[in-house]
Amino acid sequence: MEILVCIKRVPDTAENEIEVNRDGTDIERDDLVYSVNEWDNYAVEEAIQIRDKVGGNVTVVSVGDENAEEVVRREMAMGADQGILLSDDVFEGSDGKGVATILKAEIEKGKYDLILTGAQADDGAGQVGGMLAAMLDWPFASLVNKIEISDDKKISVGREIAGGNQEMNEMDLPCVLSIQTGINEPRYVGIRGIRKVASVDIPVHGMGELGLSPDRIGKAGAKVNCLDYFVPDPGEGAEMLEGSTDEILDKLVEILKSKGGIK
Amino acid sequence: MSVKIFAYILHKKGVADDTALELLSAAKKIDPNVSVTALVAGSGDALEKVITQILPSFNDVWKISHDSLSYVIAETVRPMLARIIPKGSIVLVPHEHFGMDLAPGLSIKLESAFVSDAIDFEEIMDQKIKLVREEFNGQVSTHVVCDISHGAVISVRAGAFKPEGSKTGKGQVTDKTSEAIEGGIPGQKRRYLEVIEAEVGDVDITKSDILVSVGRGIEDQDNLDIIHELAETIGGDVSCSRPIVDAKWLDKSRQVGTSGKIVKPKVYIALGISGSFQHLGGIKGAPFIIAVNKNPKAPIFQVADVGVVADIIEFVPALTQKVQDIKA
Amino acid sequence: METALISPAKAAFLGIPTVIFSLIIPVVGVAVFAYIMAKRLAPLVRALPDERLDRPCRRLVAVLKYYFGQYKHPRYITAGIIHIALFIGFFIISLRSVTLVLSGISEGYHLPGFGGELGAAYDILKDYTVTVMLVVTIVAMIRRGIFKPERYAVPPKYGKDHTKEAVFVLALISGLLISDSFFEGSLAAANLQQGIHSESMVLGTTPWVAALLLSGVSTESLQSIHIGAYFSHELIFFFFLCFLPLGKHFHIITSLPNVFMMKLDKGTVKPVRWGVPDSRLDELKNFGVNKFEDFTWKHMLDFYSCADCGRCSDHCPANAVGRPLSPRFITIKSRDYSFRHYPLLGDFIISNEPLIGNILEEHEIWSCTTCGACEEECPVMIEYIDKIVDLRRYMVEEGMVPQSLQKPLGALEKRGNPYGKMERKRADWIKDKNFADTFKVKVLGNGVKAETLFFVDSVTSFDDRIQHIGRSTARVLRACGIDFGILGPAEMDSGHEVRRFGEEMLFQQLRDKNIEAISSTRAKKLVTADPHAYNALKKDYIGMPEVEHISQVISHALVEKRIRLKPFKEEGRVFTYHDPCYLGRHNGFYDIPRKVIDSIEGLKRVEMGKRCKDRSFCCGGGGLYLFYEPIEEKRMGQVRVEMAAEAGADVIITACPFCMINLEDAVKTSGLEGKMEVIDLVELVDRHLEI
Repeated sequence: MEILVCIKRVPDTAENEIEVNRDGTDIERDDLVYSVNEWDNYAVEEAIQIRDKVGGNVTVVSVGDENAEEVVRREMAMGADQGILLSDDVFEGSDGKGVATILKAEIEKGKYDLILTGAQADDGAGQVGGMLAAMLDWPFASLVNKIEISDDKKISVGREIAGGNQEMNEMDLPCVLSIQTGINEPRYVGIRGIRKVASVDIPVHGMGELGLSPDRIGKAGAKVNCLDYFVPDPGEGAEMLEGSTDEILDKLVEILKSKGGIK
Repeated sequence: MSVKIFAYILHKKGVADDTALELLSAAKKIDPNVSVTALVAGSGDALEKVITQILPSFNDVWKISHDSLSYVIAETVRPMLARIIPKGSIVLVPHEHFGMDLAPGLSIKLESAFVSDAIDFEEIMDQKIKLVREEFNGQVSTHVVCDISHGAVISVRAGAFKPEGSKTGKGQVTDKTSEAIEGGIPGQKRRYLEVIEAEVGDVDITKSDILVSVGRGIEDQDNLDIIHELAETIGGDVSCSRPIVDAKWLDKSRQVGTSGKIVKPKVYIALGISGSFQHLGGIKGAPFIIAVNKNPKAPIFQVADVGVVADIIEFVPALTQKVQDIKA
Repeated sequence: METALISPAKAAFLGIPTVIFSLIIPVVGVAVFAYIMAKRLAPLVRALPDERLDRPCRRLVAVLKYYFGQYKHPRYITAGIIHIALFIGFFIISLRSVTLVLSGISEGYHLPGFGGELGAAYDILKDYTVTVMLVVTIVAMIRRGIFKPERYAVPPKYGKDHTKEAVFVLALISGLLISDSFFEGSLAAANLQQGIHSESMVLGTTPWVAALLLSGVSTESLQSIHIGAYFSHELIFFFFLCFLPLGKHFHIITSLPNVFMMKLDKGTVKPVRWGVPDSRLDELKNFGVNKFEDFTWKHMLDFYSCADCGRCSDHCPANAVGRPLSPRFITIKSRDYSFRHYPLLGDFIISNEPLIGNILEEHEIWSCTTCGACEEECPVMIEYIDKIVDLRRYMVEEGMVPQSLQKPLGALEKRGNPYGKMERKRADWIKDKNFADTFKVKVLGNGVKAETLFFVDSVTSFDDRIQHIGRSTARVLRACGIDFGILGPAEMDSGHEVRRFGEEMLFQQLRDKNIEAISSTRAKKLVTADPHAYNALKKDYIGMPEVEHISQVISHALVEKRIRLKPFKEEGRVFTYHDPCYLGRHNGFYDIPRKVIDSIEGLKRVEMGKRCKDRSFCCGGGGLYLFYEPIEEKRMGQVRVEMAAEAGADVIITACPFCMINLEDAVKTSGLEGKMEVIDLVELVDRHLEI
């Protein structure tokens, strides 16, 4: 099975407060470190597991600047067979549709049975997978938390839906799936693993190679643009109980009683 | 402004989702005078029941009623919608499991712009709309400008808008089924099989009046005892946020949130829960929320009624003791 | 010499001279033994290299202490005495056995020099030895077979009980002793009957008892018994010899070389591959132990040397709290694997199957906190930590790392700390309002210099609670009159646990950055309050200035009277000191911290029974272990806190940030809050500083 996984390099923001820069045009990026988007990492693991089970190839692809190469390499260290970087100055400022357009051009150059994306990213909109599928006219399922390969024509796919339930579908190949976290346990990629693929050639495809026209991609083609960043007004928020622990406890128990919080 | 606004109505077992009226109020935020058209797809009596419920609120309801939609999947609905929605319209879709399946592709089919997970609309300018989104788990917000000259599909965060309760709609139903299925039933490349229900645990938290809910702040599985003790003392049930389930410290059936259970308690005590919107999305019915968290900046304090900045590992046993003293 | 019976060298059986048997049995016995040993050596030849012949003098001292001195044995007093008795006995009667074997060929043979009085004296000693050994063997059999001490039990998942083998071997030993006694006793009885003076009879010994028992037996029967006993001894002796390499009694042969080639550098971790320098690690195809032959030959020798005594697992904290790890069975399972794949008969089964998932499981290997309790107990110096680390190196390479550890490892790679906090916030602990008002800690670099560099490490830099230990350390250093500074944002995690979790390359990255940062400060001395950092700087880093743990600094300052400590005033409080593994077992600091504590007048200190010093019970592990979610029935910290409570203490003093975190947590989860306090040594000193 030929599998393509679309990955993205994102700031690692889990443990640190994100701040907005002075003029509000962006977040403060100086002290940020970047890694592969968590959801995408699950998608790559899933692709590798499928390949190991039924054979085939896993290709990872990322749209981004030259820095994105590091995440492509990381996912290759994880076990992907090939990596492709889609990079061009013109791509900068693309909206979701622009990114999907670029990816579509790459996908049409190859012959893939399955396209995986992460269901979302911390700095994204969870849109590329669905758009890509619609552009390709391939079936799509989002928030996928289970994949079973039936044969080379169809697969069965579980989706996360409300209430912690799982919606099972049968899908024809080729198709596009966006992967939810928790579908598997991604393997660890150590420094040694990354070094082993340090010299592997990662082709870079730009606008020319992909046969794209600049009016549909990049800033020019974007219908959705980010205007500014800001820290949301906290609003009224909660009445904060202050004082000594005893005072707080007294007040809290009073409130609990009055609201029927003690049976 | 003359742009047409559609709201996609989610429903389950003959009951319209809370988001129906939220989308209505979101649409009014875009244009207070707009006549919003509800889009509702399904089949049989269940669909008719849903229509009856939303009729008083909307001027127009477009329905697609077909047996192939007895269980609605986005792959089937999306092309149908693309056939009936006029180009250049704004389509509002709830940003949840179904919406995430439907909306991005729909924007491609309608050749319109797409914005996901909007939490507010601020301004309508010439052919442009300025809206608010969040990034990085709600740590920062961003203003986004969307070109709506060719229309837009916008997914709207559940709970971001107060439901519109005015019920001043004219309530006119238009059956769009034949138009929608013209050329065949689409989306057959993805076939619905079944829904595997999450296991029902020993406690049904969706029926609890008082929930003592625990999050990452508990740090360790062994500390859960203090949560159970508090719940027992005040007569509530224990629920939790996703990290606790991911760590397998509590059963999935205890998880509150969009990927867990939707709960409607009277009192909700959030202990060491930061308050991601996925978690808050699982709390309905406007309960009285008490939040205890070490981090004074935790988003939970923005939605809670009462907040305490404290380490739950120390605070909770003290609270339990206090309640026990009073009871005695 | 005239005797009443014909000796085995001269006797005949069914017309065949028995000397033939006396010749055949040893020849066949030795041949079979050589064959078996060759088979046993086969995996060692295929194993990875190991360097074990350096520092021969220290190794000889180790042999004298641990092998001949049986140094570790009395830690378990009953088993220890039994073992020492049998050990000494074996040496004494081995001479006798050799003499017997040869005397079957040449009548009246005696070892060179044993012909005269020495021989006579030896005979007396030997007779008593045989007697004592027989008694001991019987006691041992009763103990193993009837009382069955708990630590010998084999949990069902690890296979069958080993009692039978143990009792069987004891029976073989008694067989040797008894046959020898009857061989001699029968002769003595016959001599007596014929009025020949017998000099070999020693009152109260087993030969004497045998002679007494046989006194009424006819000479003819005595002749049969004499020859029968001789060949029984002969057969048992060679059977026993060949039986040794088949099981746990192999240790009788391998423990001597195993002790000689023991690991001399405690607290270190073996290199990825012996003989391959760090700079050439990239050339290695794979890291760590995947298949059996990836172990070093010494580690295989360890497997052979295990006597299955169960002391390691008896002291293993992971085993005690129900984690899926029992060090004893790491060895037993590996030995069984080796025996299965290198059978005595038939072809070797050289397979590339990974050990993990076959005889070992992932959680088993992650369960170890590297506390070193097992290695401390082992009487034959078997190593565990290096093997565990090697197995982890393989798992890291294969990506088999628990999800809970991947985030901190990723953060260490990108940010130099497991929390993923920004580098620039690393020195924020010195900016605490109250502290900063009274104290400005130097951040070295950019022209700022100091004699001493305080290496803080991640947990002290970023953990709210542990930052207090950092500030106490700073105050104590100042009180001691030491000019010091910190690295601040330039400091990286020491990588101590990163290395022990098997992520060698990440460790080296952290180490190299630290070495560069430390060297650039030109500090003359390193001080840390974190035993893990101490161990890393001392054992894992190269070319560092002198490293001291804060307890050493305090101890010197007390001796030199640079600081004085106020008396302890609170009535009724009882303290106990918890030895951190990396301060105690791995670095031997048992008395220094105790002396510091005891220098506070009026402070009452008790020990936690036997579980102190080198038998300290691990708190649950430091560094990355804080992130690992083990399978266990109980937290180690909880067990430890209970030990403290049982000792009658209500304050636990420790000297390690991780012990602090684990024990404070355990106090809360054990419901001892308000009743039990945990305090770091440096905090205690800080509180009592007389300024």
